Parts: sequence; C-alpha cells; structure tokens
Amino acid sequence: MSTTLTHCQCKEMSEEEKFRLLGEIIEEYEKKENNLIQILHMAQAVFGFLPSEVQKFIAKEMDIPLSKVSGVITFYSFFSTEPKGEYTIRVCLGTACYVRGGKKIVERLKEILGIEVGETTKDLKFSLEVMRCIGACGLAPAIGINDKVYKQVNPDKLERILGKYE
Amino acid sequence: MVNLKINNKEITVPEGTTVLEAAKQHNILIPNFCYMEGVHQIGSCRICVVEVEGAKTLQASCVTPVREGMVVRTNSARVRKARKILYELMLSDHPKDCLGCSRNQNCEFQQLGELIQVEEFRFEGQKSKNVVDDTSPSIVRDSSKCILCRRCVTMCNEMQGVGILNAQSRGFDTEIGPGEDLPLGSAACAYCGQCTTVCPVGALKEKDSTQAVWEALLDPSKTVMVQTAPAIRAALGEEFGYEPGTLVTGKMAGALREIGFDYVFDTNFAADLTIMEEGTEFLERIKSFFYQQNLMLPEFLKKVKIHLEGKEPTLPMITSCSPGWIKYIEHYYPELLGHLSTCKSPHMMLGALCKSYFAEKKGLDPKDIFVVSIMPCTAKKFEVTRPEMVNDGVPNVDAVLTTRELARMIKDAGVDFKNLADGQFDSPLGLSSGAADIFGTTGGVMEAAIRTVYEVVTGRELPFEQMHVKPIVGLDRIKTAALTIEGAKEEWRFLEGVTVNVAVTSGLKGAAQLLDEIKQGRSTYHFIEVMGCPGGCISGGGQPRPVNNEIRQKRLEAIYREDEGKALRKSHENPDIAKIYEDFLGKPLGHKSHDLLHTQYTTRSKY
Repeated sequence: MSTTLTHCQCKEMSEEEKFRLLGEIIEEYEKKENNLIQILHMAQAVFGFLPSEVQKFIAKEMDIPLSKVSGVITFYSFFSTEPKGEYTIRVCLGTACYVRGGKKIVERLKEILGIEVGETTKDLKFSLEVMRCIGACGLAPAIGINDKVYKQVNPDKLERILGKYE
Repeated sequence: MVNLKINNKEITVPEGTTVLEAAKQHNILIPNFCYMEGVHQIGSCRICVVEVEGAKTLQASCVTPVREGMVVRTNSARVRKARKILYELMLSDHPKDCLGCSRNQNCEFQQLGELIQVEEFRFEGQKSKNVVDDTSPSIVRDSSKCILCRRCVTMCNEMQGVGILNAQSRGFDTEIGPGEDLPLGSAACAYCGQCTTVCPVGALKEKDSTQAVWEALLDPSKTVMVQTAPAIRAALGEEFGYEPGTLVTGKMAGALREIGFDYVFDTNFAADLTIMEEGTEFLERIKSFFYQQNLMLPEFLKKVKIHLEGKEPTLPMITSCSPGWIKYIEHYYPELLGHLSTCKSPHMMLGALCKSYFAEKKGLDPKDIFVVSIMPCTAKKFEVTRPEMVNDGVPNVDAVLTTRELARMIKDAGVDFKNLADGQFDSPLGLSSGAADIFGTTGGVMEAAIRTVYEVVTGRELPFEQMHVKPIVGLDRIKTAALTIEGAKEEWRFLEGVTVNVAVTSGLKGAAQLLDEIKQGRSTYHFIEVMGCPGGCISGGGQPRPVNNEIRQKRLEAIYREDEGKALRKSHENPDIAKIYEDFLGKPLGHKSHDLLHTQYTTRSKY
C-alpha cells in the first residue's frame, strides 16, 4: 500500500482533497504506465469507485490515453465505475459452492436487497457481486462481506447476517 | 543468418525474423489478421498457427522467431484443422450478410473464408454487442463486424501515438473503442482514418458520401464540380488492378467526366496557390522575427515593410494542409496553435475559389454549385464541416470522397476504367506545376515551398539535382535539412549567410516529438511540415488497401515521376496562378486571400 495512503481518512475528505491525494499517489508511482493497476487500486480506495473524472485525471497526470485507463478498468472485475456500497457482498459460485446451493443464496440476496448482481442498494449500504471461487471450498456455500467470510450459509441465515451491518 | 526449413523449402533468413516473415520472403503465404508489418506483434488472432517440429503445440508464426535447424509446416493436417476451427469460431460471432457490407469482395476475413470453405455454420451461439457508432463525420465503427484482431489498436497507439482505440472490457464483452462509452464523435480522435486502412473487415470504415454525391449529380439544378488531391492519381489505379505506383491521372480525369461531373478541377492548382500564400507567410514571419530579435541591420529597417498585426512572429511555422494533423494539435497541443500557418488546406482553397472566382466568371450562383473533393483522407470529411470553412453563407466544399469511395462510384457508374481514354482537367483551376504534385507525399510541401522561397530570396533556381531536397525525401519518420542562403537579393540581404533549418514528419507520433521540442524550447527549426498519416497523403486514411512500406515507396516514386514529367516545376511559375492574382486575388496575404484562403483554429479538449 502506498505510504501516502496509509493513514488516509478518505471518507471524510473533500473531492478536492481526494484529487490532491491521488496526484500524490501518481507522483509516488513515478507516473509509470507499468504501475497503472496499482494506481487504480489506490484511486478506488480513495474515491470508492472510478468515475469518469477520476479516469480522466489519471490519464492526464500519467500522460496516457484515456482509452487505455478505461480499458484496464473494464478488464478487471475488481474495478468499478459505479459507486459501491459500504459493504460488498461477494457470493461464491465456484464449483463447490454452486453445487451446495450458491445460486439460491444469490436469489435470496437479490430479493432481500431489491437489486441485481452488480448493483448497489440506493442507500449505498450493500453491493452484490458473484465470484467464481474464493478458495473456501471446504466451507461451501460461502459468501464474503468486505473482508469477512461466512461459511455454510443457507438462504434462511441471510437476513440475520445482513442484520449485523444495519 | 539462420537456416530453417519451411514446407520442404530450405531457407536462410536474418536472426530475429519471425516464421511468418521468413515464409513471406520465400513466397509462402500464411494467413494472418493481427500481424502488422514493422510494429511489434501481439499474436492475438492465432490464425497464423504453424506446426514446428519438436514443439508440443501449434505456434503463432507471427510472434515465433526463427531458430537454426527449425522445421516448420504451414499446411499440415493439424494446421489446417486448427485454422479451420479458429476461423469457424471467429465466424460464429460475425454477421454473414456480406452483400450489405462495404467490404464485400475486399474483406480479408471473407477472402480466407473462400479458401477454407466452411460449408456449414457449426458454432452458432450468442452474438456480441452490436454498436454502430456513426457520430464522427469521418469514420464509422461497427462493432458487430469486428474480429478483435487489434490491428487498429496497434495503428492508433504504436504508429500514430494517439490511443483513441483500445480494447474495453474482457472476454466475450470485449469491444474496441475509445472507452468510457465515448462515441468517436466526442473523443479526441484526429480522424486520420489510419485504422480504416488496416481493418481487415468492415468494422472501421469511412463515412459514406457517395450517396450525397450521386444525388447532387442527378439534381439538374446543381452544377457539380470535382477536384482531385495530388495523391489520388498515384493510388487510384490499385483499385482497378494496376500495380502500386501506376499513375492514372488521365484516366481519373476521364472517369470523373464519364460519371457526370460538370467541371473537373485539380486540387494541385490550389497546392500551387498554397505555396504562394504559405511561402509568403513564412517569409513574413522570418522578416518579423529578424526585426523583433534586432537581427536586422538599420539599413534594412527602412526598406522592409513589417506586417506584425500586434502578433509575435511565431517560429517555427508549421504547415496546415493535413486536417487530421490540425485536429490533433487542436486537441493535444492547443497552446502551440500559433505555430500553424493560417492557410486553409488546398482543397478548401479551391472550393472557395469555385464558389467565388469561377462562379463569377461563369455567372453561377454559389448556392447552386456543389463541390466534391476526391481526397486520400478521412479527416477531410470532418474538415468540410468546420464552421470556419464557409464563405458568404455557403460551405467551401460540399462533400469529400475517399479514393476508395471514388473507385466504388466509377465501378457503380459502369465506367470501364482500364479502357478509358485519357481526359484533361478543366481550365483555369486545373493547371498545376510539379511542385503541386509532390504535395501528395511526405516532404513534398516543404520541397515545393523551398523551390519558391529560395528563388524569391536569391533570384536563382534551387541548385539541386531535379530541384529535389534529398534529405527530406523518403519514408523516415523525421527528416531534416539545413539550407544556407547565399547571394540574397537586395531586399533580402539580411538573410545572407543565414541557415534555415527545416524538419519534415509524417504520422502523428513524429509530430508529437517535434511539438514537444517546441514546448521545451529545444526546437531549432524555422519551418516544419507535418502530414498526419505515415508516409503522407500517398498512404492517407482514405487510400486503397492494403498499405505497407513497399506500396508507400512505390506511390512516393510515382508522385516524384509526375513532378519530374512536368514542364512547370515551381508553383510561382504557374501562369494561371499569376493570372488569378492579377484578375481576382490581388496579392498573397492580401484582403481577398485572407477572406477566402486563410482560416483560424480552435482549442479543443483532450478528454
């Protein structure tokens, strides 16, 4: 993680401060195209997502085409051009989780949250994503909410789990 | 040197050669889509796979370097099977309505299909997004036809250094475009159209203007005038099966008359006019520069008339004939717009004269005149829509056709091009010097200017063999020359012994390099010629496909042949140019010229 970012209180920052911080991060990475992915990671940490203005700022500061920046962002599913919820729910649909009912978990979550996969609730609380394998096959079916993994989840448990985040 | 065997043929090639290139050098052709000569290859399409003895898997020949003792087979059963499956998979997500495609019978994907003979479509499945982006006046992008070979990406990024086209998203959703859902019409694209010259299919093409031209031709109330750029005559023949480098000037003029144009003019006339205007502008800037820098001896100060108009004399001056280049500098270096010559590009000048000088002569209402420019260029389609290119409420030029579109129209009109008698251009906007011919190639505008400027300053003809400025001839990205003035005429004596430095570049990557030098205060040049496309107009975005350096070189030689074949070799010796100044324009940079022949530029944003 960038030294500039270590103590970031990004949420409290104004837009102007965020852009100034991003500028410092780009400087720290010496504006090298090879570091674009790291810079995008940091940018998403600062802004929460990578909207058009952020992409243009990065293209301009690094002197690389905008189409290259957006090409990388749209290639990796980690990057988002839409605002993300405070909590990202990642439902594993890898083979083990899939056969043990991962699909049902997705359906139930869609119902509870009223959103489709890839979307964010209106109150910016939750985003819903699916992953192919989170490497927790022994715990299948598993879901992750931000950094925490929940094991052997079934659709009936979901409301209780989400309740912890209200 | 490396020895290897391809299909039983023992061959020897230099180290570092790829298998595909080695095969090609020995007349073995391997099908390919993503390969591009002279730039790094990405091996993305896999259609060029070959069998290499000892290798477990098939190898993409375009990225496999030759090795000593290598044994390669390009047509083994395994290769043929793989190539067919690869092709079928690509075909599964490609429209099959070839009849409705402008690349029908001129499509590399179709041509390979003819060889592979796919009899049934085995892999019918999901179709990727179908986005037709026709927001740009120059280029249409149809993603449904794209086979994702990325040649356009290589062209736009590696060769032109612009980077408007890149792969967006991934896997089945991959699309080539400017990203951020930006349409081409809003992106900082120069519209050079080089992407359309390398696209193997109909995914990137010029925006069609043939229908508008047909309508004008069939409208009895319109007088339709056509003009042809210098580079057309050296390339149009290729569309009719002639060897690259065949000059078809006469047949071209004849064909235009057969199609039904009322007047057939030559943009070359306006190229000569450009030299008069731009050459004068250059000398004025030099004069002002010497004056401002106190480099002029007092004895000259009285004699020299300075037209400063309150502006700093900006040197180096840069040519302004290439509209892709103009759009590029407006987006990427707007702070340097003052370096541009204010001359309109030649065809815009000629259009303005068609609707003023010639209209007056013939008693025509400019509103009833429809001017068509045949250009090697897609950016010219944008240029004619610029609000600056209007005089007295009528646009200078009404439609631009690329060389490729003209060829289509000639065929569509049923003109037997090969058996056509040579035609002539109409007077008075049809006569031109050899200096105008060479506007079609990189280095040509500069040489034409030097021929005239040198003579204006010294009173003597440029003392080079055939009047060619050798160091700026050829396909190198950046070429430079230094010319020391000796024996200057009385009114130019302050230039005696002065060395004038010029630079020539073609392609936007070279332009960026020269502009960076200016920005950093390192530029030592007085005059720079920029053409937006590598090689200049001979390989512009609207020229026949395919294009490679061998073809560029042949077209370039043809252009110089046309020049050398002319009795008139210098723009200022064109008698019709002298006459138009006498009868109509007055003098170079005069009031009328300013109105009709000069323009201004617009700062545009990069994003």
